[in-house]
Amino acid sequence: MVAASGTSGKSPRYYPAEDVKAPKPSYKVKQNAAKVRKSITPGTVLILLAGRFRGSRVVCLKPLESGLLLVSGPYKINGVPIRRVSQAYVIATSTKVDVKGVDVSKFNDDYFSRANDPVKAEGEDEFFTGDAPKAAIVSDERKADQKAVDASLLKAVAAVPMMEGYLAAKFSLSENDRPHKMLF
Amino acid sequence: MPFTRYAEVGRIVLVNYGPESGKIATIVDIVDQNKCLIDGPESGVARQVIPFSRIALTDLTVKIQRNARAKTLKAAWAEAETATKWEATSWAKKLSMKKKRAALSDFDRFKVMVAKKQKSAIIAKKMEELSA
Repeated sequence: MVAASGTSGKSPRYYPAEDVKAPKPSYKVKQNAAKVRKSITPGTVLILLAGRFRGSRVVCLKPLESGLLLVSGPYKINGVPIRRVSQAYVIATSTKVDVKGVDVSKFNDDYFSRANDPVKAEGEDEFFTGDAPKAAIVSDERKADQKAVDASLLKAVAAVPMMEGYLAAKFSLSENDRPHKMLF
Repeated sequence: MPFTRYAEVGRIVLVNYGPESGKIATIVDIVDQNKCLIDGPESGVARQVIPFSRIALTDLTVKIQRNARAKTLKAAWAEAETATKWEATSWAKKLSMKKKRAALSDFDRFKVMVAKKQKSAIIAKKMEELSA
C-alpha cells in the first residue's frame, strides 16, 4: 500500500477497517475507603451526641464500610440496640472495653437496609387518624442477634469495675464544665 | 508582723509563666529591680535571667552564696531537702490536684461522682445518728 502523501498534514499509515468509536473516559466518582478517627477502635466507649439516644454512653463494635460505626449499648444496660451511628455525632472517650470475644462478622450496611423492613400497609383512614406513636416492629432476627452479641459484650463489660454503671449513666454538661478543656 | 518573704539569693521561687511554668527554682543573683537570675538543676529549669513578674516567691530558702554553681546548688537542695519540703506544702498539693483534675477522663469523672455520693451518704447517715 502506498503511504499517503505528506501534503495534507499527518495522515496515519494505519487505520482500522471499520469506524469503531473509542470508549469515553468514565467520569464516575471514585469513592475512597471511609476514614475513621484514630481515637475510635473496636471497644471504645462513645458518647452519642445526637439522635434518639443522645447522651448515652455506648460501646463501639466495629466500623462499617460506609464509614458509620456499629454500636451496641449493650441493650440491657442502657437500651441502645445494635445500631449504626455516624462518627460526626460522637465523642470518642479514651475508655476501652475488650471486645475481642464478640463476634460481629455478620453485621454490615446491608443488614440495616430499610428494604429489609416489613412493609406496613397503611390505609387512607389510618393516614389521617393514626397519629399516636406505634411501637416499633422489631424483627425476631434482630432480637436474636442482639442477645447473641450482648451475651459476650456483657461479659467484657463486667470485667471492668464500675463500667456497667458508667454505661448506664447519661452524659450531660453542668454549670462549671468547660468542654473544650475536658479530656474524654 | 514583719515582712519575711524576701527576694534574696537562695529564695525558692515558682515559675508562673513561660516554658518552665510550674517548676521551682532558686534565685541565684539579683540583676536589678525587675530581674533576677534563677537556676533549678534538680527541677529542670535552665539557668536564666527572668523578670520577677514571671515568678512567685515561696517560703522556702536554701543556703547558697551569690552566683553559686549548679553543682553547689544541687548539694544545697539535697541538704535542705527542698523537693520533699515543697511537695509537702499545701501550695504544691493544690497545684498537683488541679493538674490531676484537668487530666481526668470521662470514666474517671464518673468514678469521682460516685465516690462523692458515697462520701456524702456516709456523712448524712452519721449526722442523722448524731442529731437523733
